[in-house]
Amino acid sequence: MLIQRAPDIRSSEITDVQVYLNRRSFLLGLAAMALAPPGLSTAMAAPSGQPLHAQRNAAFAVEDPPTKFKSVTTYNNFYEFSVDKEGPSRLAHMLKPRPWTVAVEGHIKHPKVYDIDELIQLFPLEERVYRLRCVEGWSMVIPWIGYPLASLVKRVEPTGQAKFVEFTTLFDPEQFPAQQKSIFNLAGLDWPYVEGLRLDEALHPLTLLTFGLYGQVLPNQNGAPVRIVVPWKYGFKSGKSIVRIRFVSDQPKTAWETAAPHEYGFYSNVNPNVDHPRWSQATERRIGEFRRRPTLVFNGYADQVASLYAGMDLKKNY
Amino acid sequence: MSRRLRIALKAAVWAVCLLPLGVLVYQFQSDDLGANPIDYITRTLGDWTLRILLASLALTPIRLLFNISWQMHLRRLLGLFACFYAWLHFAVWIVLDHFFDWGEMLDDILKRPYITVGVIAVALLVPLAATSTARAVKRLGGANWRRLHRLVYVISVLGVLHYLWLAKKGVNGPFIYAGILGVLLSIRWLDWCRRLVRRRQARLARSIPFA
Repeated sequence: MLIQRAPDIRSSEITDVQVYLNRRSFLLGLAAMALAPPGLSTAMAAPSGQPLHAQRNAAFAVEDPPTKFKSVTTYNNFYEFSVDKEGPSRLAHMLKPRPWTVAVEGHIKHPKVYDIDELIQLFPLEERVYRLRCVEGWSMVIPWIGYPLASLVKRVEPTGQAKFVEFTTLFDPEQFPAQQKSIFNLAGLDWPYVEGLRLDEALHPLTLLTFGLYGQVLPNQNGAPVRIVVPWKYGFKSGKSIVRIRFVSDQPKTAWETAAPHEYGFYSNVNPNVDHPRWSQATERRIGEFRRRPTLVFNGYADQVASLYAGMDLKKNY
Repeated sequence: MSRRLRIALKAAVWAVCLLPLGVLVYQFQSDDLGANPIDYITRTLGDWTLRILLASLALTPIRLLFNISWQMHLRRLLGLFACFYAWLHFAVWIVLDHFFDWGEMLDDILKRPYITVGVIAVALLVPLAATSTARAVKRLGGANWRRLHRLVYVISVLGVLHYLWLAKKGVNGPFIYAGILGVLLSIRWLDWCRRLVRRRQARLARSIPFA
């Protein structure tokens, strides 16, 4: 006689649903790669992520070919996860980008805590292909999706006292393992990660409030669900996983400036003529290329942004 | 120790020391060196240089602490492998990273302390590797040879400084290497002090024979 009995342990208790789903998407990704024609495999073999539609804004697209999606999403500096480059993509599943709110506050007429899904719909999204130059001497070209931060700034109407904008990244050791207190994290940064711009920099049309890349919502390791992209500054100026945008009258104390003031200044504009105290900034390695290439003043955006710094000594204001 | 055991031990060291290079070659062939392959190769070779160098420096402290000496047979082999990895690391910097841009490299050597000490360290490894044969020991004489090979202490300190000075904040690796090197050198230093005291006592005992 066959006696059927429910198993003692349900399969969902053995395999976490999320892991199961990840496995699904992994397999789908593999299938997609296998099915894609070989020539398409670099840029297109992308994303199994959630699509995010946007019109490409041709006025903000560089000629350089975009960096491979795989490189963009597996070679990341995101200290909240890990100090090594591969760590963030490995640990990215720990971050929960929904539900998410962004508090917009400070010296503005309309302070408000925005739900991320409301924030993303405030203005039409556009795709912009920007160069990204890391202070460590490597660079990428990334098709971002977002809208100009200026649109949001104008909407909330800064008062006369607002001179700077401060961006704060999420602090939650549950989601960001490197924020956990441990003897191995002693030499790191103070959390939360704070970055900032001058109000005119925040209003510059190049500065992008970013929700996606490569036609999909931001992968967690790239700063989901919302980040800043300031293409003429070193990458660390572009805060990720933002929970607060505050308009202040004093220059914000930024995370890297606090950690190593003689190495990282508030401005941190890309500048081949001002070396990092420990290494040269004259050249960079574009990810995917063999030879180093010369670094451009303001990362190649001098025409658009140099006027912001007219009369300033860029060696002093590094 | 039997001859056969010694050969087996050396074969094991060969295998372990060649493994990281083998893994790199394998990763290269399977296009698995990550988004920034040159950086990855450079870092991996640098890491293994320091690991093998510290392993070679650990043999004497092990002898002093545990009074065993079979491991001393591995000193030359480990030293040569450390030199091998250091020069691979250096060659990758010249060929892959800077592609023979001598002007740029010279500029870096003069201006960047971490590169300065790194280049000095690889240069100092040359005379040690060159005098690693039994014939060289004989030609130099034991005392001179030992004096020359004390350079390895300078090299190891420079090597660890090289990593300390280039690493960004939050990276713990260099501190771990520095800590291990500190322990290894302290053990030697304590032993040196102990021998000094003994020699003094012996001299004292000789000078007052009937005390």
